[in-house]
Amino acid sequence: MSDSEAREERHEAVLRVNGVAYPVTVPARRLLSDCLREDVGLTGTHVGCEHGVCGACTVLLDGEPARSCLTFALTAAKHEITTVEGLSDGEKLSPEQQGFKDCHGLQCGFCTPGFLTVATAFLRENPEPTEDEAREAIGGNLCRCTGYQNIVAAVMRAAELRREGEPTQ
Amino acid sequence: MTTQMFGEPVARVEDDRLIRGKGRYTDDLAANTDALASAFLRSPHAHARIRDIDVSDALEVEGLVAIYTHDDLTGAMAEPLPLLIPHPGIVDGRTPHALAKDEVCHVGEAIAMVVARDRYVAEDAVERIRVQYDMLDPVVGIAESRDGSTYAHADMADNVAAHLVQESGDARAAVEAAPHTLELDLDIERSAGMPMEGKAVYAQWDGREETLRIYSSSQTSAGLRAAVAAKLELPLSKVQAVIPDVGGGFGTKIVHPWPEELMVSWAARTLGRDVRWAEDRREHFIASAHERGQLQRVRVGFDDEGRLLGLDVEFWHDNGAYLPYGIIIPIVTSTQLLGPYKPANYRVEFTSLYTNTVLVTPYRGAGRPQGVFAMERTLDAIADYLGKDRTVVREANFIQPDEMPYDHGLMFQDGRPLIYDSGDFPASMEKIKKLVGWDDFEDYREKARAEGRTVGIGLACYVEGTGVGPYEGGRIIVETSGKVRVATGLTSQGQGHETAFAQIVADQLGVPMDDVTVTTGDTRLIAYSVGTFASRGAVMSGNAVAAAALDVKEKALRVAADALEASPEDLELVDGEVRVKGDPSSSIRLGTIAVLANPLRYAFDEASKAATQFGGATDYNKPPVAEGDEPGLEGSGFYSPIRATFANGMHAVIVETDPETAEVNILRYCVVHDCGTLVNPTIVQGQVHGGVAQGVAGALFERMAYDDHGQLQNASFMDFLIPYASEIPKVEIDHLETPSPLNSLGIKGAGEAGVIPGAAVLASAISDAEGFAVTRMPISPSELYTLRRRFKAGEIPPLRPSSHPAKTGER
Repeated sequence: MSDSEAREERHEAVLRVNGVAYPVTVPARRLLSDCLREDVGLTGTHVGCEHGVCGACTVLLDGEPARSCLTFALTAAKHEITTVEGLSDGEKLSPEQQGFKDCHGLQCGFCTPGFLTVATAFLRENPEPTEDEAREAIGGNLCRCTGYQNIVAAVMRAAELRREGEPTQ
Repeated sequence: MTTQMFGEPVARVEDDRLIRGKGRYTDDLAANTDALASAFLRSPHAHARIRDIDVSDALEVEGLVAIYTHDDLTGAMAEPLPLLIPHPGIVDGRTPHALAKDEVCHVGEAIAMVVARDRYVAEDAVERIRVQYDMLDPVVGIAESRDGSTYAHADMADNVAAHLVQESGDARAAVEAAPHTLELDLDIERSAGMPMEGKAVYAQWDGREETLRIYSSSQTSAGLRAAVAAKLELPLSKVQAVIPDVGGGFGTKIVHPWPEELMVSWAARTLGRDVRWAEDRREHFIASAHERGQLQRVRVGFDDEGRLLGLDVEFWHDNGAYLPYGIIIPIVTSTQLLGPYKPANYRVEFTSLYTNTVLVTPYRGAGRPQGVFAMERTLDAIADYLGKDRTVVREANFIQPDEMPYDHGLMFQDGRPLIYDSGDFPASMEKIKKLVGWDDFEDYREKARAEGRTVGIGLACYVEGTGVGPYEGGRIIVETSGKVRVATGLTSQGQGHETAFAQIVADQLGVPMDDVTVTTGDTRLIAYSVGTFASRGAVMSGNAVAAAALDVKEKALRVAADALEASPEDLELVDGEVRVKGDPSSSIRLGTIAVLANPLRYAFDEASKAATQFGGATDYNKPPVAEGDEPGLEGSGFYSPIRATFANGMHAVIVETDPETAEVNILRYCVVHDCGTLVNPTIVQGQVHGGVAQGVAGALFERMAYDDHGQLQNASFMDFLIPYASEIPKVEIDHLETPSPLNSLGIKGAGEAGVIPGAAVLASAISDAEGFAVTRMPISPSELYTLRRRFKAGEIPPLRPSSHPAKTGER
């Protein structure tokens, strides 16, 4: 065992999460998912597989969906990070959150933050999706409870809410 | 009037916090605290003797706090884990140790625990532990275990864990005497529940009070508490178990107890520190539970109408390396195999076998998918043999509504007689045929054929024993604000329990749902409970909280009667107040009743002034709290059913199989479902959707690919194919409601129904499309492709009587 392994070097960085700056001091290997949960204290981002398949840990980096379990925390310091906690504007739910609530788009809710971040990015890009496009958009996230039918409905409902002029962030 | 909530598609109250990222899953509670983290060294071998464990290298890792092996465990912790559900049929009930002692019997078995500053450091240390093994031959797969030339535990003389025969009538004689007989060999492979949240544990030891609080992603609070107290040799009153939000359970998280739940608790007490553990996905694959693996042999005798005269089933069940949960799964298979049918004579024999693979415990459906597969494949084979429509053969065997309750003459998984409470199978069949368009399918097939497309239709029926006992309880406290706090020991892993139970209580107490808050799975609030499994939540806790609400209601009316100088019979609970019937002006708020029900010495706020000794009217001839009464507006109730309720349903699918790639595409998936009275149709519908997704997954995608050495080759989401949205069809649902006569709410359970006939219905449809019988599930495109080649080579007989080899009956 070398000394460098025994005493791991730590690095300082500032993560901008949901518009707030969080200074963190972490080892280079610390995953963004762990950093958000353990160092920043935002536990809405969940870890389901740690190999990038399930999508529960998805956050937005500069508005684009990213697997936080495949991202090192330090490399995220250059980006604006949005987690599920940052989707709603105070009390009012975002259209995506409202859509999931309206359409019973969740059961245990563990995978939901990942679906919500993905759906948010998708609907910004494609505000008037077809049902097939909505299904395709969430096709990279695993859910074990809902059977997806209501999640697709939730995305379509969110698109409707956006079109009705519900506030977006 | 307060709006009726029971039966309404009420939006879920738990959703707001879950969609804001404010869920409270076990590892969320531990995050960002100073709790120590743990990791486990797990066996890389399926079967080996441990010669030596060397931790010296690991001790040098900075941030390490402790390493434990079996040698460090004392007392009950050093003994094997409990065999939770004993049964006379168990001949050799092996359970693991919290940490392996001398021998490891599957890849993934925990050998050592590391506690460290954080999980990264704990894993660093795990990698530095050196173990020397003597390799032993592993037993992998049912056939090898049954063959019995090698043993899954070194000191065994065979691999038999349990053996059980149940018989009603004389099935073998009936098969021999029947006009027609068939014999089928069937095979179902292993799958697993795979909740998105792995297991997680967080234990807090209070050294001053010598108390332990354990949070766990579990399906039972009371069972976990009792198991941890027993193993740590603590008085039950010194242990509390809290089950927060759970990210899916599906049976995998039912208590055994899991070694990690014990070890984390034990380490917290030993170290005097909070300790946490969260499973990673590979650990979940190799160290949590699987299910489903069975080989089955069916012999059936029937008449010209397809009526079952004798049904003789033998099957071999793979229980993995240990048997902590007993033989619930094969018992369920052996009894629920009967479905909605009434064979004149039935015999079932099963052998539960050890293999050097991870242990097997109930996964959503729990033995029923296998049983339904056996029965439905048999009925399809009979229909094919007789040249009859598959629905006609089923109808010839249905238990009729006027035969309910129907006694099968067998013992069910709850140790009680297998007696169906209600159901209308002919009506369900009418609905499913109409929903899927059964009678029009041949026209559709012709059109599809003209376009060069191959399609098939399938159907499968099931009955599901739900709401098994022994009991569940509820407690209700009405606060002086009028807010109603409800507690049930049952946990929730996504079924919307907070909402469903609030609906029931709101109706019973005549209060708005917003005033009702439900807490589940917290032994601090209610110590007595069983757990969340076997579609028992709504039946058991639903009726328990209803009973508790009646208790509260009775007291509220009594107290209000005194205050309003009226008779309790003349009062009603409406809109959060007790009113004199027909005179809404004479009323008293529920919160005020809570104040009056608790005579106070001290006034804490405006509301409580009235309840002090100088505050109001007092009857000096009575004590402030009447004899036999208790202060406060609280109530409790239990529900303990005489036996299980039986939900039922039928699924029908239309598939298209690709002529080139052999890919199976589900064109339609239809469900007729009868779970008695619906508490919340939206929640029930969601349960069906989710169940169907798991049924389709188990039929077409998911299997545990063990190699001959007992190594799981697909222990990741890259390789174990949980379907995405692109693979799961839309589900079309029709409901039938035949209320259960066993409980006042008429509820049967709905949690597992969707998954149960998945393998059977898809096998039926694929067989129909391809023209030969599918007898092994799951089925992948490459397997279907291989079957096609064998079929073309004449190695597999075709369906349809005209081309049947001979009428000898053997296939």
